[in-house]
Amino acid sequence: MTEFVLHASMPKIVTDLILFEYLLRLGDSPLILAQRLGEWVGKGPIVEEDLALTNVGLDLLGQARMWLAYAGEVEARCSPRGRDEDALAFHRDAGAFRNLLLVEQPNGNYADTMTRQFLFDAWHVRALQALTRSCDPRVAEIAAKGAKEASYHVERSGDWMIRLGDGTDESHAKTQSALDNLGMYTGEMFASDAIDAALADAGIGFDHAVLLAPWREHVDAVLEEATLALPAAEWMQGSGGRGGRQGVHGEHLGHLLAEMQYLQRAYPDSQW
Amino acid sequence: MYAQMVDTGLKEVRTADDMPPEERAFQARIDADIKIEPKDWMPEAYRRTLIRQISQHAHSEIVGMLPEGNWVTRAPTLKRKAILMAKIQDEAGHGLYLYSAAETLGISRDQMLADLHAGRAKYSSIFNYPTLTWADIGTIGWLVDGAAIMNQIPLCRCSYGPYARAMVRICKEESFHQRQGYDIMLAMSRGTDEQQAMAKDALARWWWPSLMMFGPSDAASVHSGQSAAWKIKLLSNDELRQRFVDQTVPQADFLGLTVPDPALRWNDETGHYDFGAIDWSEFHNVIKGNGPCNRDRLQARVNAWDEGAWVREAAMAHAEKRAAGAARAVASIQQQGRTA
Repeated sequence: MTEFVLHASMPKIVTDLILFEYLLRLGDSPLILAQRLGEWVGKGPIVEEDLALTNVGLDLLGQARMWLAYAGEVEARCSPRGRDEDALAFHRDAGAFRNLLLVEQPNGNYADTMTRQFLFDAWHVRALQALTRSCDPRVAEIAAKGAKEASYHVERSGDWMIRLGDGTDESHAKTQSALDNLGMYTGEMFASDAIDAALADAGIGFDHAVLLAPWREHVDAVLEEATLALPAAEWMQGSGGRGGRQGVHGEHLGHLLAEMQYLQRAYPDSQW
Repeated sequence: MYAQMVDTGLKEVRTADDMPPEERAFQARIDADIKIEPKDWMPEAYRRTLIRQISQHAHSEIVGMLPEGNWVTRAPTLKRKAILMAKIQDEAGHGLYLYSAAETLGISRDQMLADLHAGRAKYSSIFNYPTLTWADIGTIGWLVDGAAIMNQIPLCRCSYGPYARAMVRICKEESFHQRQGYDIMLAMSRGTDEQQAMAKDALARWWWPSLMMFGPSDAASVHSGQSAAWKIKLLSNDELRQRFVDQTVPQADFLGLTVPDPALRWNDETGHYDFGAIDWSEFHNVIKGNGPCNRDRLQARVNAWDEGAWVREAAMAHAEKRAAGAARAVASIQQQGRTA
């Protein structure tokens, strides 16, 4: 992709098209992660965890709805279609989804789920905090609400990393294995492509690369207490501008969407 | 009703003549509408009956998450998904209040769960029916939560303090559950032909099992008398069932749905709906374990528990390490204090 910069002389329709794309990136990750957490209903290791997983899923779903609703409004400004949150959630195919690869990974066992959550939360809270400074007031407003929730999420998932890592030999082995498997999906969170760069320049978005150092510091501190370590990743999935945020996904997302979208796809003319 | 057949272990209602002085004092407090609290003296049969009733109720909340969880990942809109997740979250919370209320009677949650997993404790048989379409989620909210509220509102006044207080909190949330269920049914019964067919089919499947939620008819309820004297059952099964029918039939009419009972008709003389005979053989069969989902539901709970064992063990092991670390720190400070 060629780099470009948004500036005042650029037609509004171009900035809106870029903003629409960016809002999908912001909304799709919490949407897909909420869907994954919903798969846990009734299957948690203890009732308190069932409650907490649903609670986090509900927060993420609420955030996704706000981002997608705004995306639909922006789309209406710059194209003949302005899809609502449901049209965006239920009538796009996998290639049109802009979520991080990390969040579409399957639930696995509780260590896999908590590790996915922690790696995401530690990024998410910082991304949302950065977006509270957006010059787009809607973006700043949604981010401010989400950042409060995400700061609670990362505290909780971090606590679980410590319990599981510094628990029993079995829980330690399972959690280290989860980190080994999921580590390669974290690089994508810190890579900015042309769209991210354009919105960062316009003061709407932020430079993703600057989140890496504080994220790493946070993750390492928790993992040290948990007696765990991030793997030395030689290769990060989704790098080179070919990741989930650009619509290049793994096999899992198609199955997740087949289940999530089934009713809307089977009965497209229905109001529910 | 989430606790539909609770054995008091007593053949007949105890009279004042049967009672030692402390039991007479206990019964006098109940008769005077004074709440019994965990540290108060209580007859062993009262304690055991309440444990059965409250734990059945708690288990029903937890098992009841499964048929709804079956549709969380397939909810048709994001708003419906959010509402359903919030509802299921409430149910997990209700389970927790109720387990806590039962624990005040001297049983641990682990023991109650072990009883559930071994098939010794029951949960409401309504959750042994499958949720086959999205309309079933509407119907569960409308009918099943509707029936639960009918039973639980009187229980807010029951004699055992912790149970009554848990019920007050639960009832507030249940009325939201019922409204969301009815709202789903409203959308579907006003929807496309396919949606209307789903709504009709769901009502046809859930109507009779919902009436069975109130338990056997009064004539067949051998244990109700003592529970009534103890004020842990304030209205009879048949009274509650009649109230439910009277409330629900006009709601079905408003939806344009037909209740699957050819004998159903308004009776001007009694001021109630007459309704047809319940197939009690189905009820007893499902209670015995032969409902369409008994095995799946119980297996799902057992699997969740077994597969979560290493997580709970890790949390315990970590808590012990923390406690040991804190104890070492205290000892070291004390040691320093002595040497200083």
